[in-house]
Amino acid sequence: MATSLEFGWLSDAAGALAHGVATTIFLIAVTTLFGGALSVAAAAARRSRVAWLSGLVAAYVELVRNTPFIVQLFFIFFGLPGIGVRLDAVPAAILAMTINLSAYGTEIVRAGLDAVTSGQREAGLALGLRPRAVFLRVVLPQALRAIFPALTSQIVITMLESAVVSQIAVRDLTYEADLIQSRTFRAFETYAVVTVIYLVLSLLLRRVLFAGGRRALGLGAG
Amino acid sequence: MEFTLWDILRNLLLAARWTVVLSLAGFLCGGLAGGLLLALRLAKAKPLRIGAKLYIEVFQGTPLLMQLFLVFFGLPLLGFDVQPWLAAGVGLTLAASAYLAEIWRGCVEAIPLGQWDAAASLGLHPLQKLRFVILPQALRIAVAPTVGFLVQLVKSTALTSIIGFRELVQTANVINNATFASFTVYSMLAVIYFVLCYPLTAASRLLERRLRLSSQ
Repeated sequence: MATSLEFGWLSDAAGALAHGVATTIFLIAVTTLFGGALSVAAAAARRSRVAWLSGLVAAYVELVRNTPFIVQLFFIFFGLPGIGVRLDAVPAAILAMTINLSAYGTEIVRAGLDAVTSGQREAGLALGLRPRAVFLRVVLPQALRAIFPALTSQIVITMLESAVVSQIAVRDLTYEADLIQSRTFRAFETYAVVTVIYLVLSLLLRRVLFAGGRRALGLGAG
Repeated sequence: MEFTLWDILRNLLLAARWTVVLSLAGFLCGGLAGGLLLALRLAKAKPLRIGAKLYIEVFQGTPLLMQLFLVFFGLPLLGFDVQPWLAAGVGLTLAASAYLAEIWRGCVEAIPLGQWDAAASLGLHPLQKLRFVILPQALRIAVAPTVGFLVQLVKSTALTSIIGFRELVQTANVINNATFASFTVYSMLAVIYFVLCYPLTAASRLLERRLRLSSQ
Protein backbone atom coordinates (compact mmCIF):
# COMPACT_ATOMS: atom_id res chain seq x y z
CA MET A 1 0.00 0.00 0.00
CA ALA A 2 1.40 3.36 -1.00
CA THR A 3 -0.11 5.53 1.72
CA SER A 4 1.72 5.90 4.98
CA LEU A 5 0.64 7.74 8.09
CA GLU A 6 2.48 10.90 9.00
CA PHE A 7 2.46 12.62 12.39
CA GLY A 8 5.15 15.29 11.92
CA TRP A 9 2.48 18.04 12.06
CA LEU A 10 1.66 17.14 15.64
CA SER A 11 4.34 19.30 17.28
CA ASP A 12 3.07 22.44 15.53
CA ALA A 13 -0.53 21.60 16.29
CA ALA A 14 -0.13 20.90 20.00
CA GLY A 15 -1.00 24.46 21.04
CA ALA A 16 -4.17 24.54 18.96
CA LEU A 17 -5.24 21.13 20.27
CA ALA A 18 -4.64 22.23 23.86
CA HIS A 19 -6.78 25.31 23.22
CA GLY A 20 -9.52 23.10 21.80
CA VAL A 21 -9.37 20.77 24.78
CA ALA A 22 -9.68 23.76 27.12
CA THR A 23 -12.78 25.00 25.27
CA THR A 24 -14.39 21.53 25.33
CA ILE A 25 -13.71 21.24 29.08
CA PHE A 26 -15.09 24.75 29.66
CA LEU A 27 -18.28 23.92 27.75
CA ILE A 28 -18.96 20.71 29.67
CA ALA A 29 -18.08 22.32 33.03
CA VAL A 30 -20.58 25.15 32.55
CA THR A 31 -23.17 22.74 31.16
CA THR A 32 -22.76 20.40 34.13
CA LEU A 33 -23.42 23.24 36.59
CA PHE A 34 -26.44 24.68 34.76
CA GLY A 35 -27.74 21.32 33.58
CA GLY A 36 -27.39 19.71 37.00
CA ALA A 37 -29.30 22.51 38.71
CA LEU A 38 -31.97 22.56 36.01
CA SER A 39 -32.38 18.78 36.19
CA VAL A 40 -33.10 18.93 39.92
CA ALA A 41 -35.53 21.84 39.52
CA ALA A 42 -37.31 20.19 36.60
CA ALA A 43 -37.52 16.82 38.36
CA ALA A 44 -39.09 18.53 41.37
CA ALA A 45 -41.53 20.35 39.06
CA ARG A 46 -42.32 17.09 37.24
CA ARG A 47 -43.38 15.53 40.55
CA SER A 48 -45.35 18.54 41.73
CA ARG A 49 -49.11 18.39 42.11
CA VAL A 50 -49.54 21.39 39.82
CA ALA A 51 -50.73 19.63 36.68
CA TRP A 52 -49.72 22.23 34.09
CA LEU A 53 -46.19 22.51 35.52
CA SER A 54 -45.72 18.76 35.57
CA GLY A 55 -47.13 18.49 32.05
CA LEU A 56 -44.86 21.25 30.77
CA VAL A 57 -41.76 19.48 32.07
CA ALA A 58 -42.96 16.17 30.63
CA ALA A 59 -43.43 17.79 27.20
CA TYR A 60 -39.97 19.39 27.39
CA VAL A 61 -38.36 16.07 28.26
CA GLU A 62 -40.11 14.21 25.44
CA LEU A 63 -39.38 16.90 22.87
CA VAL A 64 -35.67 17.00 23.64
CA ARG A 65 -35.21 13.25 23.98
CA ASN A 66 -36.88 12.56 20.65
CA THR A 67 -34.88 15.01 18.51
CA PRO A 68 -31.15 14.95 17.67
CA PHE A 69 -28.76 17.26 19.52
CA ILE A 70 -27.53 18.78 16.26
CA VAL A 71 -31.13 19.77 15.38
CA GLN A 72 -31.55 21.44 18.77
CA LEU A 73 -28.28 23.29 18.23
CA PHE A 74 -29.18 24.41 14.70
CA PHE A 75 -32.66 25.43 15.84
CA ILE A 76 -31.15 27.68 18.50
CA PHE A 77 -28.31 29.08 16.39
CA PHE A 78 -29.88 29.25 12.91
CA GLY A 79 -33.62 29.00 13.59
CA LEU A 80 -34.16 31.46 16.44
CA PRO A 81 -32.64 34.45 14.57
CA GLY A 82 -35.59 33.99 12.19
CA ILE A 83 -37.84 35.34 14.95
CA GLY A 84 -35.30 37.91 16.12
CA VAL A 85 -33.50 35.95 18.86
CA ARG A 86 -29.81 36.11 18.06
CA LEU A 87 -27.20 34.30 20.16
CA ASP A 88 -23.42 34.12 19.76
CA ALA A 89 -21.96 30.71 19.06
CA VAL A 90 -20.66 29.94 22.55
CA PRO A 91 -23.85 30.90 24.44
CA ALA A 92 -25.88 29.02 21.82
CA ALA A 93 -23.71 25.94 22.33
CA ILE A 94 -24.00 26.14 26.12
CA LEU A 95 -27.75 26.65 25.89
CA ALA A 96 -28.20 23.68 23.56
CA MET A 97 -25.99 21.44 25.70
CA THR A 98 -27.77 22.51 28.89
CA ILE A 99 -31.20 21.90 27.41
CA ASN A 100 -30.10 18.50 26.16
CA LEU A 101 -28.41 17.37 29.39
CA SER A 102 -31.31 18.62 31.52
CA ALA A 103 -33.91 16.57 29.63
CA TYR A 104 -32.05 13.33 30.35
CA GLY A 105 -30.97 14.56 33.79
CA THR A 106 -34.58 15.30 34.76
CA GLU A 107 -35.59 11.70 34.15
CA ILE A 108 -32.57 10.42 36.05
CA VAL A 109 -33.13 12.68 39.07
CA ARG A 110 -36.85 11.88 39.02
CA ALA A 111 -36.09 8.15 39.21
CA GLY A 112 -33.82 8.90 42.17
CA LEU A 113 -36.50 10.94 43.95
CA ASP A 114 -39.03 8.16 43.37
CA ALA A 115 -36.63 5.69 44.97
CA VAL A 116 -36.53 7.59 48.28
CA THR A 117 -39.22 6.08 50.50
CA SER A 118 -42.02 8.42 51.60
CA GLY A 119 -41.15 7.65 55.23
CA GLN A 120 -38.06 9.83 54.84
CA ARG A 121 -40.20 12.82 53.92
CA GLU A 122 -42.67 12.16 56.68
CA ALA A 123 -39.85 11.80 59.23
CA GLY A 124 -38.42 15.13 58.09
CA LEU A 125 -41.78 16.83 58.45
CA ALA A 126 -42.34 15.22 61.84
CA LEU A 127 -39.07 16.76 63.00
CA GLY A 128 -40.56 20.16 62.18
CA LEU A 129 -38.51 20.89 59.08
CA ARG A 130 -40.18 23.01 56.42
CA PRO A 131 -41.15 21.21 53.18
CA ARG A 132 -38.35 23.00 51.30
CA ALA A 133 -35.76 21.88 53.85
CA VAL A 134 -37.12 18.36 53.78
CA PHE A 135 -36.62 18.26 50.02
CA LEU A 136 -33.19 19.87 49.95
CA ARG A 137 -31.67 18.28 53.05
CA VAL A 138 -33.40 14.93 53.42
CA VAL A 139 -34.84 13.65 50.15
CA LEU A 140 -32.53 15.16 47.50
CA PRO A 141 -29.19 14.03 49.00
CA GLN A 142 -30.43 10.44 49.20
CA ALA A 143 -31.79 10.61 45.66
CA LEU A 144 -28.51 12.00 44.30
CA ARG A 145 -26.52 9.30 46.07
CA ALA A 146 -28.51 6.67 44.20
CA ILE A 147 -28.32 8.26 40.77
CA PHE A 148 -25.03 10.08 40.52
CA PRO A 149 -23.37 7.23 38.55
CA ALA A 150 -26.14 7.52 35.94
CA LEU A 151 -25.83 11.30 35.93
CA THR A 152 -22.07 10.96 35.45
CA SER A 153 -22.60 8.76 32.38
CA GLN A 154 -25.04 11.27 30.95
CA ILE A 155 -22.58 14.14 31.42
CA VAL A 156 -19.89 12.13 29.62
CA ILE A 157 -22.33 11.50 26.75
CA THR A 158 -23.06 15.23 26.57
CA MET A 159 -19.34 15.97 26.41
CA LEU A 160 -18.95 13.55 23.50
CA GLU A 161 -21.97 15.01 21.72
CA SER A 162 -20.52 18.50 22.13
CA ALA A 163 -18.16 17.71 19.22
CA VAL A 164 -21.07 18.91 17.06
CA VAL A 165 -20.78 22.52 18.28
CA SER A 166 -17.79 22.83 15.93
CA GLN A 167 -20.46 23.10 13.23
CA ILE A 168 -21.49 26.54 14.48
CA ALA A 169 -17.83 27.60 14.69
CA VAL A 170 -17.33 27.22 18.43
CA ARG A 171 -13.58 26.63 18.70
CA ASP A 172 -13.75 23.35 20.56
CA LEU A 173 -11.47 20.34 20.07
CA THR A 174 -13.26 19.19 16.90
CA TYR A 175 -13.14 22.68 15.38
CA GLU A 176 -9.36 22.86 15.96
CA ALA A 177 -9.04 19.43 14.34
CA ASP A 178 -10.99 20.67 11.31
CA LEU A 179 -8.60 23.63 10.99
CA ILE A 180 -5.48 21.48 11.42
CA GLN A 181 -6.51 18.92 8.82
CA SER A 182 -7.40 21.63 6.30
CA ARG A 183 -3.85 22.97 6.69
CA THR A 184 -1.91 19.69 6.80
CA PHE A 185 -4.12 17.56 4.52
CA ARG A 186 -3.63 14.82 7.10
CA ALA A 187 -7.29 14.35 7.90
CA PHE A 188 -7.18 10.73 9.06
CA GLU A 189 -4.18 11.20 11.34
CA THR A 190 -5.62 14.41 12.79
CA TYR A 191 -8.99 12.86 13.63
CA ALA A 192 -7.28 9.72 14.94
CA VAL A 193 -5.26 11.81 17.40
CA VAL A 194 -8.30 13.85 18.39
CA THR A 195 -10.38 10.69 18.86
CA VAL A 196 -7.78 9.41 21.31
CA ILE A 197 -7.89 12.77 23.12
CA TYR A 198 -11.68 12.48 23.41
CA LEU A 199 -11.33 8.94 24.76
CA VAL A 200 -8.88 10.13 27.43
CA LEU A 201 -11.14 13.11 28.22
CA SER A 202 -14.17 10.86 28.69
CA LEU A 203 -12.24 8.52 31.02
CA LEU A 204 -10.87 11.47 33.01
CA LEU A 205 -14.22 13.24 33.18
CA ARG A 206 -15.86 10.07 34.49
CA ARG A 207 -13.20 9.73 37.19
CA VAL A 208 -13.33 13.38 38.25
CA LEU A 209 -17.13 13.45 38.43
CA PHE A 210 -17.23 10.15 40.27
CA ALA A 211 -14.65 11.20 42.86
CA GLY A 212 -16.19 14.68 43.17
CA GLY A 213 -19.68 13.24 43.47
CA ARG A 214 -18.69 10.76 46.17
CA ARG A 215 -17.01 13.48 48.18
CA ALA A 216 -19.83 16.01 47.77
CA LEU A 217 -22.42 13.42 48.77
CA GLY A 218 -20.43 12.23 51.75
CA LEU A 219 -19.86 8.70 50.49
CA GLY A 220 -16.14 8.70 51.33
CA ALA A 221 -13.34 8.17 48.85
CA GLY A 222 -14.03 4.44 48.23
CA MET B 1 -38.38 31.29 -7.00
CA GLU B 2 -40.92 31.36 -4.19
CA PHE B 3 -40.98 28.56 -1.60
CA THR B 4 -44.30 27.83 0.02
CA LEU B 5 -44.61 26.03 3.36
CA TRP B 6 -45.68 22.98 1.43
CA ASP B 7 -42.53 23.10 -0.71
CA ILE B 8 -40.37 23.15 2.40
CA LEU B 9 -42.29 20.33 4.04
CA ARG B 10 -42.37 18.22 0.88
CA ASN B 11 -38.62 18.48 0.37
CA LEU B 12 -37.96 17.63 4.01
CA LEU B 13 -40.27 14.63 3.85
CA LEU B 14 -38.52 13.40 0.71
CA ALA B 15 -35.20 13.69 2.54
CA ALA B 16 -36.66 11.84 5.53
CA ARG B 17 -36.66 8.72 3.34
CA TRP B 18 -32.86 8.71 3.47
CA THR B 19 -32.85 9.16 7.22
CA VAL B 20 -35.16 6.14 7.49
CA VAL B 21 -33.16 4.05 5.00
CA LEU B 22 -29.88 4.85 6.76
CA SER B 23 -31.42 4.05 10.17
CA LEU B 24 -32.70 0.69 8.93
CA ALA B 25 -29.40 -0.16 7.22
CA GLY B 26 -27.47 0.81 10.34
CA PHE B 27 -29.82 -1.27 12.48
CA LEU B 28 -29.69 -4.38 10.29
CA CYS B 29 -25.94 -4.34 9.64
CA GLY B 30 -25.18 -3.10 13.15
CA GLY B 31 -27.42 -5.83 14.57
CA LEU B 32 -25.57 -8.56 12.65
CA ALA B 33 -22.17 -7.18 13.62
CA GLY B 34 -23.43 -6.64 17.16
CA GLY B 35 -24.49 -10.29 17.39
CA LEU B 36 -21.02 -11.33 16.31
CA LEU B 37 -19.48 -8.95 18.82
CA LEU B 38 -21.74 -10.36 21.54
CA ALA B 39 -20.48 -13.87 20.74
CA LEU B 40 -16.89 -12.62 21.06
CA ARG B 41 -17.74 -10.78 24.27
CA LEU B 42 -19.09 -14.02 25.79
CA ALA B 43 -16.37 -16.27 24.31
CA LYS B 44 -14.25 -18.58 26.45
CA ALA B 45 -10.95 -17.29 25.04
CA LYS B 46 -9.81 -14.26 27.01
CA PRO B 47 -8.18 -12.32 24.10
CA LEU B 48 -11.48 -12.41 22.19
CA ARG B 49 -13.41 -11.19 25.23
CA ILE B 50 -10.98 -8.38 25.90
CA GLY B 51 -10.79 -7.39 22.24
CA ALA B 52 -14.58 -7.09 22.05
CA LYS B 53 -14.70 -5.16 25.31
CA LEU B 54 -12.06 -2.71 24.06
CA TYR B 55 -13.95 -2.20 20.80
CA ILE B 56 -17.15 -1.42 22.70
CA GLU B 57 -15.43 0.97 25.11
CA VAL B 58 -13.68 2.88 22.34
CA PHE B 59 -16.91 3.34 20.39
CA GLN B 60 -18.87 4.35 23.49
CA GLY B 61 -16.09 6.63 24.75
CA THR B 62 -15.52 8.72 21.62
CA PRO B 63 -17.80 11.09 19.66
CA LEU B 64 -19.77 9.52 16.82
CA LEU B 65 -18.69 12.48 14.71
CA MET B 66 -15.02 11.43 15.08
CA GLN B 67 -15.94 7.85 14.15
CA LEU B 68 -17.65 9.09 11.01
CA PHE B 69 -14.65 11.27 10.12
CA LEU B 70 -12.25 8.36 10.63
CA VAL B 71 -14.30 6.13 8.33
CA PHE B 72 -14.76 8.91 5.79
CA PHE B 73 -11.06 9.79 5.64
CA GLY B 74 -9.72 6.33 6.54
CA LEU B 75 -11.39 4.16 3.90
CA PRO B 76 -9.73 6.09 1.02
CA LEU B 77 -6.33 5.33 2.62
CA LEU B 78 -7.22 1.66 2.24
CA GLY B 79 -7.95 2.25 -1.43
CA PHE B 80 -11.75 2.50 -1.33
CA ASP B 81 -13.53 5.18 -3.27
CA VAL B 82 -15.76 6.61 -0.56
CA GLN B 83 -19.14 8.18 -1.18
CA PRO B 84 -20.82 9.88 1.78
CA TRP B 85 -23.60 7.26 1.91
CA LEU B 86 -21.05 4.47 2.21
CA ALA B 87 -19.07 6.21 4.95
CA ALA B 88 -22.33 7.00 6.75
CA GLY B 89 -23.51 3.39 6.53
CA VAL B 90 -20.19 1.90 7.63
CA GLY B 91 -19.76 4.43 10.46
CA LEU B 92 -23.24 3.87 11.87
CA THR B 93 -22.90 0.09 11.54
CA LEU B 94 -19.67 0.10 13.54
CA ALA B 95 -21.13 2.34 16.24
CA ALA B 96 -24.48 0.53 16.42
CA SER B 97 -22.78 -2.85 16.74
CA ALA B 98 -20.92 -1.65 19.84
CA TYR B 99 -24.06 -0.30 21.52
CA LEU B 100 -26.23 -3.29 20.60
CA ALA B 101 -23.62 -5.81 21.75
CA GLU B 102 -23.46 -4.03 25.11
CA ILE B 103 -27.25 -3.89 25.47
CA TRP B 104 -27.61 -7.56 24.58
CA ARG B 105 -24.78 -8.61 26.87
CA GLY B 106 -26.74 -7.09 29.74
CA CYS B 107 -29.77 -9.17 28.69
CA VAL B 108 -27.77 -12.40 28.47
CA GLU B 109 -26.19 -11.75 31.86
CA ALA B 110 -29.62 -11.20 33.36
CA ILE B 111 -30.34 -14.89 32.75
CA PRO B 112 -29.63 -16.83 35.97
CA LEU B 113 -26.46 -18.95 35.89
CA GLY B 114 -28.55 -22.00 36.77
CA GLN B 115 -29.92 -21.92 33.23
CA TRP B 116 -26.40 -22.38 31.83
CA ASP B 117 -25.77 -25.24 34.27
CA ALA B 118 -29.08 -26.86 33.39
CA ALA B 119 -28.26 -26.59 29.68
CA ALA B 120 -24.82 -28.11 30.30
CA SER B 121 -26.33 -30.97 32.25
CA LEU B 122 -28.45 -31.77 29.19
CA GLY B 123 -25.21 -32.28 27.29
CA LEU B 124 -25.59 -29.27 24.99
CA HIS B 125 -22.41 -27.75 23.59
CA PRO B 126 -21.81 -24.00 24.09
CA LEU B 127 -23.48 -22.80 20.89
CA GLN B 128 -26.50 -25.04 21.52
CA LYS B 129 -26.75 -23.68 25.06
CA LEU B 130 -26.96 -20.17 23.65
CA ARG B 131 -29.30 -21.09 20.81
CA PHE B 132 -31.83 -23.26 22.67
CA VAL B 133 -31.71 -22.10 26.29
CA ILE B 134 -30.18 -18.66 26.83
CA LEU B 135 -31.11 -16.62 23.75
CA PRO B 136 -34.86 -17.42 23.76
CA GLN B 137 -35.04 -16.03 27.30
CA ALA B 138 -32.64 -13.13 26.70
CA LEU B 139 -34.48 -12.05 23.54
CA ARG B 140 -37.63 -11.44 25.53
CA ILE B 141 -35.80 -8.98 27.78
CA ALA B 142 -33.87 -7.47 24.86
CA VAL B 143 -36.79 -6.22 22.78
CA ALA B 144 -37.62 -3.07 24.78
CA PRO B 145 -34.05 -1.69 25.10
CA THR B 146 -33.36 -2.57 21.46
CA VAL B 147 -36.34 -0.54 20.31
CA GLY B 148 -35.14 2.21 22.64
CA PHE B 149 -31.75 2.10 20.93
CA LEU B 150 -33.47 2.61 17.58
CA VAL B 151 -34.42 6.10 18.78
CA GLN B 152 -30.77 6.84 19.47
CA LEU B 153 -29.84 5.45 16.05
CA VAL B 154 -32.37 7.60 14.16
CA LYS B 155 -31.01 10.66 15.99
CA SER B 156 -27.43 9.59 15.22
CA THR B 157 -28.08 9.62 11.48
CA ALA B 158 -28.36 13.42 11.75
CA LEU B 159 -24.57 13.60 12.17
CA THR B 160 -23.98 12.07 8.74
CA SER B 161 -25.05 15.42 7.27
CA ILE B 162 -21.61 16.68 8.33
CA ILE B 163 -19.79 14.22 6.06
CA GLY B 164 -22.11 15.20 3.23
CA PHE B 165 -24.84 12.57 3.28
CA ARG B 166 -28.04 14.11 1.93
CA GLU B 167 -30.45 13.26 4.78
CA LEU B 168 -32.84 15.46 6.76
CA VAL B 169 -30.44 17.90 8.39
CA GLN B 170 -28.43 18.56 5.25
CA THR B 171 -31.57 19.10 3.24
CA ALA B 172 -32.81 21.52 5.90
CA ASN B 173 -29.54 23.46 5.62
CA VAL B 174 -29.89 23.64 1.85
CA ILE B 175 -33.52 24.79 2.04
CA ASN B 176 -32.59 27.35 4.69
CA ASN B 177 -29.89 28.78 2.45
CA ALA B 178 -32.38 29.09 -0.39
CA THR B 179 -35.36 30.47 1.56
CA PHE B 180 -33.95 32.23 4.64
CA ALA B 181 -37.08 30.96 6.41
CA SER B 182 -34.80 29.62 9.13
CA PHE B 183 -37.31 29.42 11.98
CA THR B 184 -39.84 27.53 9.87
CA VAL B 185 -37.28 25.16 8.37
CA TYR B 186 -35.62 24.14 11.64
CA SER B 187 -38.94 23.89 13.48
CA MET B 188 -40.27 21.54 10.82
CA LEU B 189 -37.02 19.59 10.96
CA ALA B 190 -37.41 19.08 14.71
CA VAL B 191 -41.07 18.07 14.31
CA ILE B 192 -40.21 15.47 11.66
CA TYR B 193 -37.57 13.89 13.91
CA PHE B 194 -40.05 13.90 16.76
CA VAL B 195 -42.65 12.15 14.61
CA LEU B 196 -40.05 9.53 13.63
CA CYS B 197 -38.74 8.97 17.15
CA TYR B 198 -41.67 9.35 19.51
CA PRO B 199 -43.57 6.21 18.41
CA LEU B 200 -40.40 4.19 18.97
CA THR B 201 -39.94 5.73 22.42
CA ALA B 202 -43.54 5.00 23.30
CA ALA B 203 -43.29 1.44 21.98
CA SER B 204 -40.14 0.78 23.96
CA ARG B 205 -41.81 2.07 27.13
CA LEU B 206 -44.90 -0.04 26.52
CA LEU B 207 -42.85 -3.19 25.90
CA GLU B 208 -40.87 -2.58 29.05
CA ARG B 209 -44.00 -2.18 31.14
CA ARG B 210 -45.53 -5.32 29.66
CA LEU B 211 -42.39 -7.31 30.40
CA ARG B 212 -42.32 -6.05 33.97
CA LEU B 213 -45.97 -7.01 34.49
CA SER B 214 -45.52 -10.47 32.96
CA SER B 215 -42.54 -11.25 35.16
CA GLN B 216 -44.31 -10.38 38.37
